[in-house]
Amino acid sequence: MWHVGKVTALHKETATARTIILEVADWPGHVAGQHVDVRLTAADGYSAVRSYSIASGPNSEGRVELTVELLPNGEVSPYLSQELTVGDRLELRGPIGGWFVWRTHQTEPIQLVAGGSGIVPLMSMIRSGTSARSAASFRLLYSVREPAAVFYSDELQELTINEGLSLTYAYTRVAPKGWPRPPGRIDTTLITDATWPSNLRPTCYVCGPTSFVEIAAGLLIASGHSPEMVRTERFGPTGDRK
Amino acid sequence: MSSHVYDYLDGNAAAGELSKIFALDVTAAEGQCAHCGASKHFAEAHLYMQCPGVVARCAVCGQILLRLVTIRDRALLDLSGMTYLSLDTSQVE
Repeated sequence: MWHVGKVTALHKETATARTIILEVADWPGHVAGQHVDVRLTAADGYSAVRSYSIASGPNSEGRVELTVELLPNGEVSPYLSQELTVGDRLELRGPIGGWFVWRTHQTEPIQLVAGGSGIVPLMSMIRSGTSARSAASFRLLYSVREPAAVFYSDELQELTINEGLSLTYAYTRVAPKGWPRPPGRIDTTLITDATWPSNLRPTCYVCGPTSFVEIAAGLLIASGHSPEMVRTERFGPTGDRK
Repeated sequence: MSSHVYDYLDGNAAAGELSKIFALDVTAAEGQCAHCGASKHFAEAHLYMQCPGVVARCAVCGQILLRLVTIRDRALLDLSGMTYLSLDTSQVE
């Protein structure tokens, strides 16, 4: 049930987040959008389990990438985002989830809406679409505190140029100089301007903190998307679990 | 803008714990709330984890769908809040 992943590389995303690249020997493979549970066990036997979305697309090499953001007062994220080094091993349970997933046979337009580190499972979907040469057209609306907090920025830039990804950043606190929209929460105007119109029947995937997901999913439904076409995944600091 | 406190996650966050009990994925399973009759995917349920176990509540009416508490080597599962749970068996080998 629990797999052991070996850290093969670490990649800094922002000042507080990094991507952990793991090689999992008996990994059964995953679908874009799934997550894993990570279990850390202390020398005295105390253990803590946290869920992290998989950032990498499906692959046959047993490669699992997780992007972990440091949470203030977090119990697990400080270790994963700061202390873990190449060669270390992590216990993983998964892949988990069959609902918040994008499968390569889907050809309808895809609307992705990310709030902060909610980009992680959506990035897996974009990577999956690219590597499968999917006919589905992806649009991404990425709400983020400031430019320095963007994950995968170089890769996203490259995907907009070479793979036709339509990408809109929505900054909530600080926007680059001359940015057309003042910093603020996503709203009806932004949903109208930056997402697929509902008459194209896109499947929408919304991921982020609960408050963001409630607002974004509500705006999508208010703009005409059928609730059945809006899939959501909420994350946030959670109570301790064993 | 209201100052609503969002102290819940969703059914996706319980799937790892539930995988200890269910062989099939529960997030894509459709369950019917025993209180209001709404049929939704389990992933859409509101999940509360600030308690000794996990509690899933109906996203429509807020009543309890599922409770799971694990104490040492025993898991206690209460499904009385759902009239049924419909699971996809196509992925079973």
